[in-house]
Order: sequence, then C-alpha cells, then structure tokens
Amino acid sequence: MSKVIKLKRGLDIRLVGEAEKTVMQMPVASSYALIPDSFPGITPKLLVAQGDKVKAGTPLFFDKARPQIMFTSPVSGTVAEIRRGEKRRILSVVINANAVVEYETFQVSAPAKSTREKITEVLLQSGLWPFIIQRPYGIVANPTDTPKAIFVSGFDTAPLAPDMNFVLKDEYDNLATGFEVLRKLTDGKVHLGLRNGDNGILNRLTNVEQHLFEGPHPAGNVGIQIHHIDPINKDDVVWTVDIQNVAVIGRLFNTGKVDMHKTIAVTGSEVVAPKYVSMIAGASIEQVVIAAGVKHQNSGDNFRIILGNVLTGTKADSDGYIDLYHNQVTVIPEGNKYELLGWLAPRLNKFSVSHSYFSWLMPKKKYDLDTNLNGGKRALVVTGLYDRYLPMDIYPLYLLKACIAGDIDKMEDLGIYEVLPEDFALCEFVDPSKTDMQAVIADGINLMIKELS
Amino acid sequence: METQLRKIVDKIKPTFSKGGRLGFLHSTFDAFETFLFVPNTVTKRGSHIRDANDLKRTMIIVIIALLPALLFGMYNVGYQHFAAVADPASQAMWFKCWWYGFVRMLPMILVSYVVGLGIEFAVAQHKGEEVNEGFLVSGLLIPMIMPIDVPLWILALATAFAVVFGKEVFGGTGMNVFNPALLARAFVFFAYTPKISGEHVWIRGFEKGGAYADGFSGATPLGYINDSVAAGAQTLDFGGTTPCDWFWGFIPGSIGEVSTFCILIGAVILIYTGVASWRTMLSVFAGGLIMGWIFNLVGGNAYMEMPAYYHLLLGGFAFGAVFMATDPVTSSQTNAGKIITGLIIGMLAVLIRVVNPGYPEGMMLAILFVNALAPLVDYCVVQVNVRNRKKRLKTAK
Repeated sequence: MSKVIKLKRGLDIRLVGEAEKTVMQMPVASSYALIPDSFPGITPKLLVAQGDKVKAGTPLFFDKARPQIMFTSPVSGTVAEIRRGEKRRILSVVINANAVVEYETFQVSAPAKSTREKITEVLLQSGLWPFIIQRPYGIVANPTDTPKAIFVSGFDTAPLAPDMNFVLKDEYDNLATGFEVLRKLTDGKVHLGLRNGDNGILNRLTNVEQHLFEGPHPAGNVGIQIHHIDPINKDDVVWTVDIQNVAVIGRLFNTGKVDMHKTIAVTGSEVVAPKYVSMIAGASIEQVVIAAGVKHQNSGDNFRIILGNVLTGTKADSDGYIDLYHNQVTVIPEGNKYELLGWLAPRLNKFSVSHSYFSWLMPKKKYDLDTNLNGGKRALVVTGLYDRYLPMDIYPLYLLKACIAGDIDKMEDLGIYEVLPEDFALCEFVDPSKTDMQAVIADGINLMIKELS
Repeated sequence: METQLRKIVDKIKPTFSKGGRLGFLHSTFDAFETFLFVPNTVTKRGSHIRDANDLKRTMIIVIIALLPALLFGMYNVGYQHFAAVADPASQAMWFKCWWYGFVRMLPMILVSYVVGLGIEFAVAQHKGEEVNEGFLVSGLLIPMIMPIDVPLWILALATAFAVVFGKEVFGGTGMNVFNPALLARAFVFFAYTPKISGEHVWIRGFEKGGAYADGFSGATPLGYINDSVAAGAQTLDFGGTTPCDWFWGFIPGSIGEVSTFCILIGAVILIYTGVASWRTMLSVFAGGLIMGWIFNLVGGNAYMEMPAYYHLLLGGFAFGAVFMATDPVTSSQTNAGKIITGLIIGMLAVLIRVVNPGYPEGMMLAILFVNALAPLVDYCVVQVNVRNRKKRLKTAK
C-alpha cells in the first residue's frame, strides 16, 4: 500500500438528488442503440443493414482507420433503423430488442494463461476494445500500441456521482478477471486509484497497484490520478478504462458472453426518487429516466436530461441512448428564466465559490441548481482563480490561451498531453467570464491530433 | 413588479433587436437589460451548471470596496477647504464638510462615467458585442485619483484618452496592458502639468481668493517633504501633519488616496470576497517597507532616514497597492508573479519618491512601469513549469 496522495485544490459541489442505495432492475427495453459519435476518435463503417438479425456481441460497425476494432450490439434482436445525418453520416444504429437476450459466444481462456495477442483478439472481436481509452487525447486505444501503464479510477468525485463500491458490490470475480486481462496488455503496471477511507469491494482487489487519494473533485478523474502517479510525457501512451467496464471485460472472460449489464445512478433534483438502475448499456435514456420518475413531466422543456454528471456530461435528446462510458444520468431544471437584479441580490439559493455570495457559510447545504449561465460571456479577466480548481502542476489559464491561439508548441510545453476537457470542468464552472473552457481544450486536443498524425 | 417590468422590457425589446427600428442600439439596450435582469441564457456546451458569480458581481464588489475611501475623500475635500479658508466652525460639522465635497465631486464622477461609458457603449455597438462592466470600476477610480481642482474638461479628455488608448486599441477589457485609470492620471500629469501640480490643486476653492488661514499652503505632506529635502533641511517638514493624520486621512491629496484606514477597509472587502489578490497587496506593502529600510541603512539625507512605514501611509501608496496594483488584467497573472511584481512596485515607488526630487509621488509611475513588466515576469514563472516538464521527459527516457 502506497502513501495517501492528498489533493487540496478542487471543489465538491453539493447538489440535491443523490441516488439512494437501492438498485432497480430494468427489464429489457424495446429499443437500444449504438452511437458512433459516443466513441471518441473513430469513423464508423457499417456491417449490418436494416432488418438484419443480431445477437449480443454481433458486430454492427467497425472503425474505418483501424478495421480490426469492432463495435458490437449490446442486445439481441433486429436492426430497426440506421439513423443518418448530414452527408449520410451515421448517427445511430437502432436495435429492436428481444425480451430474452441471446449471446454470441467467444472462445476465451483464463487470461493469466493466455497471451497478449489472443486477449487483444477477443477484445476486438467482442466489441469491448473501445472500452480502452488512450492518453493523450482520450480516444479509443490503438490495438498495436503497448501502453506504458494502464490506469483505472475506482471512484468518482463529480456532483451526485455513483458510489462505485456500491455499484460493483457483486462483481468481485469479474473485476479480478478484468484486471488480469489489463495486466496482460501492458508491460508496465496497472494502477487503481481509490478514495482514502473507503473500504469496499475495490480495496480487496490484489492484482493491481492501489493508490489512495484524498481531496475534493476532481480527485476521481483518472487524468488527475495519472498526473500524481506517473505523469504522461511527450510520446508516452497510457491507457485508461472505466472501472465498471473492467467488470464487463472480466465478465466476457469468465463467461464468453458480451453482457453489457451495468448499474447506473439516476440522479438530480428533477428525479422523483433518485436511485441506481441496473440496465443494459445502449438503452434509451428516456426509458431509464421515466423508470426512475421525473418531476414536472408534462411541462416539456423545464428540465434537462444529462448523460453523465452536471459538469462533464452531454445533454441528451429525447431519443438519446446510454453510451458505453457513463455510469450516471442527471436530470436538473432548465434555467431559461430571467432574474431581476440577480447579480446584485444576496441569492441564498445559488451556489458560488466567491465570498460575495454566502454559500461558503453553509458548507453542508445541498443546492438545486439549474442550467442558467448566471451572467454574460466576457473576456477572461480574473486570474489566480482557475489554478485553485485544477490539482495539477499546470497553469490552466496559459494552457487555455495556447489552445485558443492554436499554438501547438506552446500547448505541448504547457501540458496538453496530460489533460482532457473534463479536467477543466471546474475551472469552467467557477469562471465569472463564462468561457466554454472544455470546448476550448477539446478544440486544442483535436488540433494536436490533426497536426501530429 | 418583477413580471410587470419584464413585460415592459419584452415589449420594447424587438425595437432594439437586429432589424428593429432602433436595432443599431442593441448593445446599449442589452447592457441595460442585463443590468436589470440576469439573462435567461442557458448553458450550451460544457458544464451544465455554472457558478452564480459573474463579472457584474465582481465589479460591484470593487465599487463597494471603494466606497469608504470615496465617502471619506468627499468629507476631506470639505474639511481641507474649511481649514484653508479658516472656518473652524464649518470644519467641525462633518456633514457640511461631506456635502461640500460631495457637491464638488459629483460632477467629476458624472463626467468620468458619461465620457468613458459613452465610448465603451459606442465601441461595443460598433463591434456588435455586449458592453463590458470593466469601466464601472475605472470610471470611479479616475476621479478618485485626481486632485479636486482638476478642470472637468481635462478630466473628460483624460478619461477619453484612457479608454481609447488604454483599452480599446488593445481590444477592450481584458486585453489592455496598462491600468486605464492610472493612464488617465499619467495623461493629466504629463499633458497638463501646470494645471494640476503645485500646492493649490489639492484644495477646492483655494485660488479664488478669500481669507486663508495663516501659513496654510495646501501642499500634500509629500510635497512638504520634497521641499524640505530640496532645501537640504536636517529634519523633514510634514506641514504640521502627523503619521496619525496620514493614517486617518486628514491631509490634502488626491480625493481617494488620503485615508489609509478607509483604503484598508476596502482591502478587507476585496480580500474577503477574493476579488483582489492578497498576494499583490501584501507584497507591494512589503516592497515599500524593504526599500524604506534599505534607505534607512544607507542613510544620506533626512528623507532616507525617515521611518520606512511612513511611506506606506503617505500619498497614493496604499490606494495604489489595494486598488491599482491588484487590477487582474494588467497585473501579473501567476501567483509567483504577483509576489514578484508586487515587491517591485513597492520598492520602485519608494525609490522614485526618495531619489527623484522632481516628482514627489512614485506610486503611479511604479505601477505603470510594472504593468509593462508583468508579462515578462509571468513568462519567466511559466517557463519554470515548462522546463520542469521537459526535465521530467528527459529523466523518463
């Protein structure tokens, strides 16, 4: 056991609507979908057509640039629709599911006795390879790379985040197998970041390097953990996998089936009874949310469904689907209303890190925050504020400006390889100039990919 | 009331929107609308929830922090005036003193805001952008750092110069290199030196005749010190004022700068709300003390041997440290840089005061000079981070 890594910088935003620790089993829904855009850094080429019968684990499309990477159906049924957007871009592959899931079977052997090539082959075939995300850039990993190390964060510190020890409480065997698989994929170590003080199922895993972290969000971001365990240098490649996806990988190697069952937290102040829901990834978000119950259901636009947490999640359309990476859905009120002299008022119900508000006097209070921008977009004026919300040895404002300027040499010098947009979410949250910082960083990373490939 | 008001705003909004009859005024309308109502804009990209703080709130905090110094400054204008005309009865009535100052000060504030905001609105309109709140602070700072006797037309000209050449030519708020308010002061100082220097400008109604008190010159304590140094005196003449007067502010000087006590109230507000950097403030004061002690050690004349802490109470030192050096746009942007530049400002200000006999006050030039230096200091600070990253890469290989 290594020493505790204590992070001081960051912020825990306390919101109303934390999930109660009960799991609701959701029956197999009628409609599932795989969304190519939810997989970072790939271009889809279709393998199925409308009307085709598929099983759970049947490939639906593959990556154009790396054709060995398959993306497979999470359920069995019929391909109902290929939704396309502009220039016939594939938006989603929709499957009408059978009530009982039939599985493709994959030839698996105990990972400890298997070879790296065989394991890679099974992951690619089964469609679980896209679980593996490469750093820098946060894109689906390249099967021909050998990463310096693999990092998994065992806890989530985002607002209303699920408790991963609770989510995975019955998954010990799958987790152990999953980590065994990951160990085969790297010559280096497999690191697992855990919250200091927790003592759950994850603490019992023995075949990984455990690291204990202490401190507010974003301590649970895997990028922050990498920075403090073994930072990414230029030309390094490391991989990350979501902790729940490690269990899904383990399940494949334990059973030979692609079983995408996951437990996600349905949270937020607009949910009637926030709780955990066990479902198959790819389910319709609306059905998951309705299963949990939403307040004000009849008034249309008054709430926003977010796939993920309120800081980094994506706004879900009414026909959105749960992707393979998120463990949380959040529903909060829309803030499309005016507020008389709001910038001058005491605003006791609003949260701010600034002491010009009073929320710092009530550290235990939970807030019901809406999506209002709370001000107008302005030039970047304040300094010294953002540094307090990024627990890395990086100057956020300077990296941000380098991204805005599109200066790739400067971006490299200032640490672009070590960050993803999610690491800037808190800086974006506190910014009184209301800059869309995550978008700026995302654009910067895209520029790096374009220029350096 | 709120919904009524909202209805009125919604009703006239189309007239000011693009395509409306007064569409060319949409930035102006937007400024007033967002002043009244926090807009209904929702987050589109990135974080779905946002902190309640915005730049309007930030700027209003600075204005609140300026109020003690401003209100006392008004009082002191009257107080000094009645001292000059030897009217101790009026001088004893605090409201009469304050009212006298308020009436003289109000036109200055109005001129500064009307000229400055006029230009800001016009530029925002031209660029099709929202009006930035930055000038709400600058517009109050400018009259506060002027002598009370500055002619209004010079004030107007200086404000226009500061906004156009201090800010807009660089791209507006957030892009400027020099503190706009100090630029206005520097403009007046260099362009109209005779009009605003000497002993008479610090006290209202001093030149226009009347019964002056015996021996009352109207000079600031720094002016007295300068004169006594120039005369080669063995002991410094403070014009009959004591460090206690300097602290509370019963001395002639620019309107806002006189009371160190009121400025410190502002400093507490700024530090408590986190709007201004305590690092900058503290290091400016520390820099002043260090330079003062260095002069104490070196010795040479009476000024150099003056207790170092006197410098912090005199002239615009405290005001500059709290309200000028901390401007986030023109000061250093890194925490280490803030400490370095703060120290330089404090040391330079005292250096200019003591060594340069031509100019009694060094704060303004020290801050403007360090404004220009700040990007270089930041560059060096950030470069350390860059070098560490490269070193890490080398050891990893």
